[in-house]
Amino acid sequence: MSKRIEDLTVTENRRLAQSFFVVTVSSSAGLPEILPGQFVQVLVAESPSTFLRRPLSVHDVDYRSNTISLLIQVAGAGTERLSRLRRGDTINLIYPLGNAFTMPALGEKVLLAGGGCGMAPLLYLGRKMKELGVEPQFALGFRNRSRILEHEQFRELGTVHLATEDGSEGHKGFVTDIQAFRESHWDKVYCCGPEPMMKAVASLCLQRDIFCEVSLENLMACGMGICLCCIVPTTSGNLCSCTDGPVFNIRNLQWQT
Amino acid sequence: MLASGTCGYGAELEDFIDLSKLGAIVVKGTTLEPREGNAYPRMAETASGMLNAVGLQNKGIEYFEKHIYPLLAEYDTHVIVNVNGNTVEDYIELARRIDRLAAIPAIELNISCPNVKQGGMIFGTNPASAREVISAVRNAYSKTLIVKLSPNVTDITEFARISEEEGAEAVSLVNTLLGMAVDTNTMKPKLSTVTGGLSGPAIKPVALRMVWQTARAVNIPVIGMGGIMNGVDALEFLMAGATGVQIGTATFIEPRTALNTLTSINSFLTERKFDSVTNIIGIINRI
Repeated sequence: MSKRIEDLTVTENRRLAQSFFVVTVSSSAGLPEILPGQFVQVLVAESPSTFLRRPLSVHDVDYRSNTISLLIQVAGAGTERLSRLRRGDTINLIYPLGNAFTMPALGEKVLLAGGGCGMAPLLYLGRKMKELGVEPQFALGFRNRSRILEHEQFRELGTVHLATEDGSEGHKGFVTDIQAFRESHWDKVYCCGPEPMMKAVASLCLQRDIFCEVSLENLMACGMGICLCCIVPTTSGNLCSCTDGPVFNIRNLQWQT
Repeated sequence: MLASGTCGYGAELEDFIDLSKLGAIVVKGTTLEPREGNAYPRMAETASGMLNAVGLQNKGIEYFEKHIYPLLAEYDTHVIVNVNGNTVEDYIELARRIDRLAAIPAIELNISCPNVKQGGMIFGTNPASAREVISAVRNAYSKTLIVKLSPNVTDITEFARISEEEGAEAVSLVNTLLGMAVDTNTMKPKLSTVTGGLSGPAIKPVALRMVWQTARAVNIPVIGMGGIMNGVDALEFLMAGATGVQIGTATFIEPRTALNTLTSINSFLTERKFDSVTNIIGIINRI
């Protein structure tokens, strides 16, 4: 699948809880096929301390309006600048990058687990599953009630199980504490979130012999498999999380779970 | 030219640029044995640049000969292989084997990688070792020999002179500058190796100075690189005495940089009525 470099126009910048934003951009050329799990490399203009592009997961895609949504958490100068994008602004993207999640077969029971900004790719993944005829369930973890993101958007696609660390909403604890996660049968589990969460999810899935894919967020320079900076130790040696990933089956990772 | 380590094997960039429009691509550092490279994290963004500590991750010469070379042989551009060894014998063996590959017109002898424990920069920062390895490779390699020099020395011209004396056809400079960064939150170094190689516009003035000094010290061509992001940057290197330039880190951010740079150099030459780029090489020494 070919990659492209393109200027896209911001159509919306929607502020979510606290430091989270959803920036939607439109392609005048028409979007290429984008698979769930893929990411974009965004050029951050007018931010002198930001030298490299910023890799961002594709949060959602709407082919009717030719738009891609990106979920952004302000973490430094680059993402802070992106959070100030306004309707009509232009941003330069290299996309679509990376591999994709493995889609489930019809009739399979799937759980999409995520937390914080890491849940970004799960919305588009859930949407594609629903289109396929598989009803996804979500297990989403947040620090507290005020940090819950995109609840409505996920609920439109399937059942959402919530967990908050302080118990202010849903189950008290982590996504792995959610009863439905621990007790139900799952054919496939997909996870993207902070590393401790992904490792906990991976560990649970390994114990129960459940197919599980995680999307990693390694530091990278190029996003095109050139710089070899975002490597992940796997059973087949060091692989690039940008081209061989960001989605990996947990059985191929060298995680001490 | 595209600099080694920043263009993969070329194919990674084919969605963005027509490689046949480039002078050459210098494909990534190749070693005798496969190397997994250093542990993650290998990269840190810095002010106007980045540090890397990749450590020459590659699949080794045998894999290169069997699986990569056949693809490179199809390219309509000059493909140069960047060569690295732990020992002089490694370099000799690599040079011999690449000499047999008809579609590779030149090697870039890397005696300046800062991210490996053995070899690499050790050869490029000690004049006697540099002479030994260049001389040995010269005897083993019949085609164009380019020596890639380290900026992590007091006097880079000394290494350029040694390269010239030992029969190299050209020198390329600079490789990355040794640097480091600390994460004050975790109170740990940002790179697994603590130190790494700094590249990007942050090093451009240093690289330019070294290219200017070197071009005045030797008669063989100097290939300049270090933080070139656009045509103006490239013109600076050419005017300071570089015969050619390599685009490195800029490709990560804008994969079309090399071609944009070429267009912009040509526009400058037309606008200022120069017949050829050779007219501006080292021009600062004449005006």
